Amino acid sequence: MSATAWLTQFLEVLAALALAPLFLGWVNACRAWLQNRRAPSLLLPYHGIRKLFHKDAVIATSASPLFRLAPYVVFGTMVAAAAVIPSMGTGLPFRSAADAIALVGMLAIARVFMSLAAMDIGTAFGSLGARREMMVGFLAEPALLMVIFVASLISATTALPLISERLAAQSLALYPSLAFTAVAFTMVLLAENARIPVDNPATHLELTMIHEAMLLEYSARHLALMEWAAALKLFNYACIGFALFVPWGASLGDSGVGALTLSIPALALKLAVAGAWLALIETVSAKLRVFRAPEFMATAFMLAVLGLLVHLLLGA
Amino acid sequence: MQGTPFDLQLLNACAAILLLLSFAMLAQRRIVTLVNLLALQGAMLCIATLLLAWRTGQPHLYASAALTLALKVVALPWLLHVLIRRLQVYWDTEPLLNVPGTMLVGVVTVVFAFGLAQPIAELASTATRNALGIAVAVILLAFITMITRRKAMSQVVGFLSMENGLFFGAMSTTYGMPMIVELGVALDVLVAMLVLGVFFFQIREQFDSLDLHHLESLKEDQ
Repeated sequence: MSATAWLTQFLEVLAALALAPLFLGWVNACRAWLQNRRAPSLLLPYHGIRKLFHKDAVIATSASPLFRLAPYVVFGTMVAAAAVIPSMGTGLPFRSAADAIALVGMLAIARVFMSLAAMDIGTAFGSLGARREMMVGFLAEPALLMVIFVASLISATTALPLISERLAAQSLALYPSLAFTAVAFTMVLLAENARIPVDNPATHLELTMIHEAMLLEYSARHLALMEWAAALKLFNYACIGFALFVPWGASLGDSGVGALTLSIPALALKLAVAGAWLALIETVSAKLRVFRAPEFMATAFMLAVLGLLVHLLLGA
Repeated sequence: MQGTPFDLQLLNACAAILLLLSFAMLAQRRIVTLVNLLALQGAMLCIATLLLAWRTGQPHLYASAALTLALKVVALPWLLHVLIRRLQVYWDTEPLLNVPGTMLVGVVTVVFAFGLAQPIAELASTATRNALGIAVAVILLAFITMITRRKAMSQVVGFLSMENGLFFGAMSTTYGMPMIVELGVALDVLVAMLVLGVFFFQIREQFDSLDLHHLESLKEDQ
């Protein structure tokens, strides 16, 4: 394994850790602009995390060790996921471990621990949030898997860096199946990251909240880790989307330091566009009733399956 | 997909969008949107026919594209919109199955249709023969749309969508039917639409609603 590969790997994880709160800040700023509000500072998520790290943690007396452990597990899985997603280059040292199905499993571990921790204290809000999260998750996960299967059928591999590499190397062609799955993936991204049609990230202490309800009992460094992990999750999902649907710009294989340097502005550009696009979707859509969320996810799943079937029939 | 000419790629994309629109119709509750989706499906069909006409150079396909545009994109949706306004039916009731359930049945149907069309498509010699599976799927999905709705209006939309599927099937396997058949079918659909429009008014006059369940019981039973 060459030094460039390790450099790519190191840079990718570093970029994910450093840029994830900025990406979240960018989405929030775009949302504020679209709603004719003055945007908060792009650096606000960093300030929030720094502030929380300086506070003393308060933990409920009924909390079990699992409650303390969960933030570290969630944060750890998100960092590990960031390490296997080819956001800058595909020649990663971890590439043999970067199976897309394993990646979905990692995201599932984070979800399970988060829900368990939310139910651990035994408050009404916590278990409500955990159950809703599971309701969204059990539908979003198969949809995400289907999306990945379409891309892996086209590229004949389930390793995410290889998928990305082969898709980027192909000559440009119309893929209706990929178009369908891109829409499905966007819907999964919105649902999994508690964005607007399914959950509102701006609400706090409301009966409709999902993600926030699970974090109510956390404070200080635990909360900081959880929020950082949420930002990382959004970043990771965006990078999975880039790897599957806009693989151009990332350095392919062992193509040296030059391509790696070029991939950094490419990634920044893709993130900027994706953030603005996400903010636009959130601005034009209304929040669904919680019991409509399964319908939303079923549509995403159906679109992904349709993409799969169309690919099998038309080879496109 | 590599090496497929671009116009064929476009045709495949059209076919895929036709299938997607069928699914959208299956999930749609509002009758006005349903009619708009039908018009969109007609437009997709028109584009596909034009592409095929350009690809094969057959002049009669241009004629049938024009016919599709006039009838399925303009005339029939306009007629349906007029009927909706006159009858004041903007909402369909909840379909018999819930939406995720219908979608799952739809996905299974598409798998069935693709399996069904595979051996038939082998017999055809056209470049677009793979799209036959999509045509069969559109027909079957339109069937489901008709089966799961109670109101006469949405059943008629399902019927018209089925006709779209049949037309697309004929186009993809044999580059369209003979002109005389196509004209006959177009006229049939138009007349059927007019007759059904009269039916709607009669049904509503009798039962004060367009719910077809009223038609299932005999007069003597009441």
